[in-house]
Order: sequence, then structure tokens, then C-alpha cells
Amino acid sequence: MCFPALFSMASAFSSPPSLCVSLSCSERSSRDRHKPHSRDSSSRSDKNVTISATSVQPQQPDQSSAPTDAQDDNWGETTTAVTGTSDHSLSQEDLAGFGKDTEGPVEKLNCIRFLPLALTLLLGLLVLVTPLSFLILPQLMWPERLQTCGTACEGLFLSLAFKLLILLLAGWALFMRPTRASLPRIAVFRALLGLLTLLLLLSYWLFFGVRILDSQDDNYQGIVQFAVSLVDALLFIHYLAVVLLEIRHLQPCFSLCVVRSTDGETHHYNMGQLSIQRAALVILEHYYKDFTVHNPALLTAAKSRAAKHLAGLKVYNVDEFKAKLKSYLFDCAGSDAATAQSRAKMAAAARQRDTSHNELYYEEAEHDRRVRKRKARLVVAVEEAFTHVRRLQDEEKKKPPGDEMDPREAAQAIFPSMARALQKYLRTTRQQHCHSMDSIQAHLAFCITNNMTPKAFLESYLTAGPTLQYGRESSQTRHWTLVSEASVTSPLRNGSEFQLKSSDFSLVVTSKTIPHLKLSEEYVHPKSHKFVLQLQSETSV
Amino acid sequence: MSFIPGQPVTAVVQRIEILKLRDGDNLILGFSIGGGIDQDPSQNPFSEDKADKGIYVTRVSEGGPAEVAGLRVGDKIMQVNGWDMTMVTHDQARKRLTKKKEDVVRLLISRKSLEEVVRQSMMQR
Repeated sequence: MCFPALFSMASAFSSPPSLCVSLSCSERSSRDRHKPHSRDSSSRSDKNVTISATSVQPQQPDQSSAPTDAQDDNWGETTTAVTGTSDHSLSQEDLAGFGKDTEGPVEKLNCIRFLPLALTLLLGLLVLVTPLSFLILPQLMWPERLQTCGTACEGLFLSLAFKLLILLLAGWALFMRPTRASLPRIAVFRALLGLLTLLLLLSYWLFFGVRILDSQDDNYQGIVQFAVSLVDALLFIHYLAVVLLEIRHLQPCFSLCVVRSTDGETHHYNMGQLSIQRAALVILEHYYKDFTVHNPALLTAAKSRAAKHLAGLKVYNVDEFKAKLKSYLFDCAGSDAATAQSRAKMAAAARQRDTSHNELYYEEAEHDRRVRKRKARLVVAVEEAFTHVRRLQDEEKKKPPGDEMDPREAAQAIFPSMARALQKYLRTTRQQHCHSMDSIQAHLAFCITNNMTPKAFLESYLTAGPTLQYGRESSQTRHWTLVSEASVTSPLRNGSEFQLKSSDFSLVVTSKTIPHLKLSEEYVHPKSHKFVLQLQSETSV
Repeated sequence: MSFIPGQPVTAVVQRIEILKLRDGDNLILGFSIGGGIDQDPSQNPFSEDKADKGIYVTRVSEGGPAEVAGLRVGDKIMQVNGWDMTMVTHDQARKRLTKKKEDVVRLLISRKSLEEVVRQSMMQR
């Protein structure tokens, strides 16, 4: 035992900062093994990859303190250093199991949400008032000087009225829709259109003020025509709004691939030319419909495996003092240590006989078997429960048999017979937090009312449905964060990437343009389909 | 070698006797046939009359029993062991040639060059 110690002592003074990587035994779990705090750790470990000497410093607080092994020969000579972490230390698995915080506080009804609506209403009011005021003001201010206008004027009045009505209806249809989302930046096209309308109205008011009010024009027909031309221009702006806001992005040009970061579920969507924030909105609408609900309980197995990988290797930074001294004296960065560490770790991992794939295989097979067993029991229990309840026929309604129940009571009556099987199944598939007892009973009552079969009732528990189905807070706002390198109001491009972060997971989106298709035609005469037999076999004898 | 259906065919034929070679469990003759009444006659590269649905030799393997016996590519097989080959399907022809119990097949084949040779020799007379 002292020979490796001597050798390591000798090598320490000549070699650059080296590491000692010690592997914990695969038989014993990481909890049981006491972390060697001694100076000479190389002699204690069972498998040694590289040898070094001198001081040892534990890198990760990943072992719970436990008594020293009895097999350790050097326990008399070695010292036990009590570091700050040894008092309260956790295993790597424990650390991996800590989840993030649950969903942050849900946003209350924000007044900022209604600001665009208020602005739109204001603009609409202005649009309504302006032509009418153009007509009324001359009548109020200089009525005696105005020329009476005949039928042409009346025609203009009619057309003005109808156009105004159409404009108001169209404006209501396009702009007065409840905002479904609040975007991080302003919607560029809407802002531009609002500005354009405002500009138009201002210029018309300017003209009206200068040419008509100041000079007190007495040609009333001209004034009415002026008002009608304003309404025409406004209708054309509305047409522009329809084209820009609704029609332009209907033609698909990009195909977006959306991947959920935790479990890799992927969907593809086609959309037209949109800005990044609007594309994110469309994607989120599809997300609630297409993606199955995010179940964090299904991911714990992968996390514990990852934790075991990390816990198996401990890296000790030996020669730390030497490295520090060297970097201080020669002013060189101590970056070699990090790469050397990781390389040593990878080498150790490659050499360690890793049996975790074996465990995974058998565990998954066992889990499948268990799920199938529970599913069989559940299906039988539910079918039996459904046979107990029957819809009251019309003839029987006349003479009441006594025990009439409405769907809710019927559901409550047959629920206990299947409750246990259902609960066990949900526990095995780790879905129990998605379905509360009330929701199950409500669903059962719903199925009974609509004459559904037991299979139809079970379908929502056997397969995970889209997120919206489990809507607990459907009236409250969900908060998503758009993470993007390009500006969020810039249009989508080929290869643009952005992320939509929620509290537990994120959706990673990449875009690709749909290729330009060249379609060419080939004319086929209807009588040109002729056939001959083409059997031409050749046999070797 | 055109024929009128229903009328007997006259042609100059050569008699070829092929001894089958035993290769394991199989008896091979060493050539390939094409044609038959169920095949498409216009694809036949060897026939003069593209409506001729007879059995033609399409390939002869080198050094095989057929080449040794004198069979050439493009020959039309008229008879095999006495059985007629001018009006058979492709599969029937194959069966006639590959009977397991026979070790020897005696073919009557006709060739364009044969007719020319005979005509020339008759003209020389």
C-alpha cells in the first residue's frame, strides 16, 4: 500500500497538476460509501484510473456521511477533514429530484390588456363623427348662405349613410374582437393602419378647416361630396386592413417544427408570412390542441438515471495549491485543469462496466407488464359497473319504479365499484395528479347521459389528451416567454429559431421555407391508353 | 418459316441430340428458350416473321451440352423427342425439355442458314 503512495509522491513533484479519479463500487450505493477526505486517496479506492498524490478536495456535495469502511487499512494514518459540506450533504439523486417551483402566480386581469381596444374605439368614434360633422357644421355656422341642393345631394346623403353603416359594421367585425393574447411588442401592421387613418382624418380636417370653414364656402353639394370622398377613402383603408391583417398570412410559406424540450414531442405546422410574435401566438394556439399534456412524473426515471451516472464518479482536484502557485508565478491561466478533469472523467466512465442499460431494459419490461395487468382489471371493472345502470325507458317513466336517479347520482352510485381499479391504473401510469375524483365522477355522469360505452369512458384515461382538456384555469392567463435572437417583430425567415418558455418546459421552434414548386403540364389524349401483352419470359433448361 | 394455321409445315430441320448433364439433383441442358403461344412474338429478335410464336433458343451457355451437340443461338425448336414445339405454351415447352426421367433429348431445329445452304446446293445442281 505504501508503494503506490511513494510513487505518487514522486510523480507529484514532477508532473503538471494531475487528478485522481476514484470510482465508487458498483455494488454499494453512493450513500453507503464514506467519501475519502484523506490526503492519500489513491490507495483507498477500489479502481484507480490515474495516480497522483497530495491534497484532495471533494468537488460535489454528493454523499451522505457514513462511517468509514472497515476494509480501509490506512485509517490510522489518514486524517478526516471535515468540510463545510459534510454536515448537511445530499446525494446527487436527491438533488436531481428537486423540481422547479410550481407555476408562478397567475396574472390577474390587467388593465394594460384593454389599452389597444380603447384606442381602437376612440379612432372609431372619430371616424364616425368626422363626416357627419363635415355635413352639419356648415348648416350650423352659415345656414342662410348655403345653396340648396336638390336630388344629387339627396343621392349623396343616401350613399354617405350606407357607406358609413358598412364601414362601421366592417370595422366592428375586424377590429372589435376580444384580444386573445397580449404580445410583447406592438403589432406593427395595426399601428401603421391606425396611424394612416389618423393621418387621413387630420389631413381632411385641415382641408376642411382651411378651404371650407375659413372661406365659408356656400356650395353645399361640394361639401357633401367632400364628406363622401372621405368615407370612400376610409373604406379603402379598411380594405387595406383586411388584406394586411387577415389575408396576407393565409398563404403558407414556412413550415415550423415545434419540439417540447422535456419529452421531445414534435409537431409541424405550416404558416404564412408572419412576424415572430404572431407566429408564436399561432403555435401556442395549436399547442393547446395538439400536444399531449405535460406530465413531469414521467421524466423522473430519466433524471434518476442521469443522477446515478454523475454520482458514480468523483473528481478530486489534486495539486490545487501547486496549480495556484504556478498560475500566480507565471501568470498563466489554470484552464488545463478543467479539460484534464473532464477527460479523466470520460476515460473513467468508459472503463467502468456500466450495467444501467440492463436495468433500464428489465425495468421497462416490468413496467409494461404491470400497466397491462392493471389495464385489464380496469377494463373489466368498468364494463361491469356500466352494466349496473340502465336508462329509464319511456314506458317505465309513467309508472315510477321507485329509484329514479339523475346522471350525477347514478354516476356516484356506480363509481365505487371501479374506483379502486381506476386509481391503481392512474398511479401506475403516473397520471393521478391530472384527474381528481370530482372530474372523474363528472366525466362518468357525462358518459352516462350521452349513452356512451365503457370503452368511450375509459378512452380519456388510457391515452393522454391535449392540454386544454385538463383545463383547470381556463379563464386565467397563462404566461409564456418568447426567447429569440432576432427582434420579435421581424418577419419569419428560413432557419429562424426561437423558444417559448413556460414554467416547467420550453418549446423550441425552427422554421424552414416551403420550397418553390414548379408544376408543369403533360397532356394525355383520352384515347391514347392502349395496351399489349408483354409476357416475355426466358427459361433456362 | 411462315405457316398457315391448319396446314402442315414444311421446313428444313437439323437433328440434334443433347445428353443432359447431371449437376447434383438437376439435369441441365445448357441453353435458354424463349417464345410460346402465350408470349409476345414481336419481341423475338431471332424470328423472321414477327408473328411466329414458336420456341426459339435465346442463349447457349459456353461448353454446355447444347453447344457441344451443335445447338446455336436463334434456332427454332420444332420437335423435342417427338413432341411438337410449334404450338405450345412456354411452360409446356420447358416441361418437355426438362423431364427428369429422360437423359437425352433429341431436337429437331430449324435455322435460316440451313435453308439457305440447302437452296444454294439445290441451285448449284
